[in-house]
Amino acid sequence: MTAAAPRTETRTMTMVAAINDALDLALAADPTVHIFGEDVGVMGGVFRATDGLQARYGAERVFDTPLAEAGIVGMGIGMGLAGLKPVAEIQFAGFLYPALDQVLSHLGRYRHRTRSRYHLPMVVRAPYGGGVHTPEQHADSPEAILAHTPGVKVVIPSTPSDAKGLLLSAINDPDPVFFFEAIKLYRSVKEDVQTGDYRIPLGKARVVTEGNDVTVICYGGMVEVAQKAAAAAQSAGIGVEVIDLRTLVPLDTETILESVQKTGRAVVVTEAPRTGGFHSEISAIIAEEAIEYLHAPVVRVTGFDAPYPPFTAIEDVYRPNAVRVARAIRQVMEY
Amino acid sequence: MFQLLTPEGTATGAAELPDPETRLRLYREMRRARHFDDRGWVLYRQGRLGVFPPFGGMEASQCGTAAALTADDWLFPTYRDTGAALTLGLPIARALAYWRTSPHGWAMPENLKVLPFYIPIATQYPHAVGAALAEKRKGTRNVAMAYIGDGGSSEGDFHEALNFAGALDAPCVFILQNNGWAISVPTRSQTRATNLSRRAEGYGIPGVRVDGNDVLATYHVTREAVERARNGGGPTLIETVTYRVKPHTVADDPSRYRTEEDNAGWDAKDPVLRLRTHLLAEGLMTEASEAALLKEVADEFEAALQEADGYPEPTPAEILDHVFAEPTPQLARQRAQILAEENA
Repeated sequence: MTAAAPRTETRTMTMVAAINDALDLALAADPTVHIFGEDVGVMGGVFRATDGLQARYGAERVFDTPLAEAGIVGMGIGMGLAGLKPVAEIQFAGFLYPALDQVLSHLGRYRHRTRSRYHLPMVVRAPYGGGVHTPEQHADSPEAILAHTPGVKVVIPSTPSDAKGLLLSAINDPDPVFFFEAIKLYRSVKEDVQTGDYRIPLGKARVVTEGNDVTVICYGGMVEVAQKAAAAAQSAGIGVEVIDLRTLVPLDTETILESVQKTGRAVVVTEAPRTGGFHSEISAIIAEEAIEYLHAPVVRVTGFDAPYPPFTAIEDVYRPNAVRVARAIRQVMEY
Repeated sequence: MFQLLTPEGTATGAAELPDPETRLRLYREMRRARHFDDRGWVLYRQGRLGVFPPFGGMEASQCGTAAALTADDWLFPTYRDTGAALTLGLPIARALAYWRTSPHGWAMPENLKVLPFYIPIATQYPHAVGAALAEKRKGTRNVAMAYIGDGGSSEGDFHEALNFAGALDAPCVFILQNNGWAISVPTRSQTRATNLSRRAEGYGIPGVRVDGNDVLATYHVTREAVERARNGGGPTLIETVTYRVKPHTVADDPSRYRTEEDNAGWDAKDPVLRLRTHLLAEGLMTEASEAALLKEVADEFEAALQEADGYPEPTPAEILDHVFAEPTPQLARQRAQILAEENA
């Protein structure tokens, strides 16, 4: 009889199913985990990310709150202080704004202002981003606001497997984590996802495709866009290295710089507004740390300094697509 | 408006008066608070304390309410609530350190669940709801108490917190110190609904209006609210009607916005003297025993001041401490930068 190789069970899951699986495992493993927000209970969330969890774990641990985002985050802060692990859902990232006072004034600085006497192991989940023709204010990408706020971590997965492993890390992290889920990816991708608990560490980027000519840096909903552009470039003989950051805070600058030092060219892609976006931070890091390796200036492919348009016919003008990314790749190649 | 002691110090409603020992304790707490406030001014002028918001005249509002808690309960104080925090047991040296802008004033003692004074207005109300709900989920009988002023009741967080606490049945006690002013804006300009306790009705929870300069009354109504919360009866809003006789902060000049007429009569309602008259009249305290108490209070303060004087100043790299449990690579690099510049 030969020794069986360690077997990893997998199941085909969409991203929303993988997130539901992570939440299920977290609730089962730790009685201090509590999930709350608008419509997360009976209804299982507008995207069904919390589907079935209230039935399994009861209305004390998975509960609906009054409709008030500042109250949701503010109450979560108090729960975290008193020893629970709050996992709050904000229905859409564009609805996070009323809660930003709680985030900026308190969530990020509680450890600091109590000299670690208290810490907040809180996760705030929020669907974000465009590409699915949502109404006004449902498609915003406010991640840079959070990344700019000291004391909070920012995670944005791009695959079902990553979503599950990163969410379990986020829930088990001792500090507050914002977990943005690209609405476009919730049900559009399926893959085999490991069952049971596994973790993907925060702060480690993923090299999606390898290539020697251009580095494309992106995350969340922009990864599949970058992959399409990379495939097109590849058939034209350009080797594109696509890097999925996975987490903006902590940021894996090492993987970015190693790649840019190899390729000498960088394109940064986000669907957030242009000015002051996280793409600008990446560009600045490359300029500070690797300018002598560059054959061309860093190019940003982003949304515009206008509110995200809910106009189906022209939404794609705002949200970067593979054509725009491919154009940016050509631009840095031809510089 | 609920009252147990008239401004002249005459007790009414004998059945509801706390026992003599408690009345003496409340007097001691108010004297400790007032001494802090009085000495704070002097220390500020000497450059030994930073800008701080005085609370003299509001001792009954703060000490009477906080005295209804035990060390297992949560206290979420605003910047003006040093008196409340001291009453729960915050060491004087820590309070001094906070107003000296020392990190030692942020490190609260392990045996207390009192948070550092909150600077933003009303934002801690939802935190109290969460802490209260967590205690309930953990099966304890502990409650959370949070303070704001009258201006704070205009903030959205105030309304969201009251609504959440009612809807989720959180064991929470909300203290709303109506001290007449939000810096220069009087309550009548802040809102058309100047009976602030009635806001509780909108959230389906009890609202109580109490004479905020009568410590026996503030203690009585808060104890009732705390007991109700402990026994599963849910949240209460308590409006303590008092007056900020002092400026907003030691750097503020209220003569720009407040008249003699506004201030008239409030000195006569002084909460400390009111209880003093009562204790002397009842024979619970003599001039001699009071003198001994005042000396004890003064000695305790001076010892605490010495302790605070001994706290070392922070070093530059401490700016980066306590951001996350483990510093990110970014923070590690920034620390190295500070250290390099320090040694350059």
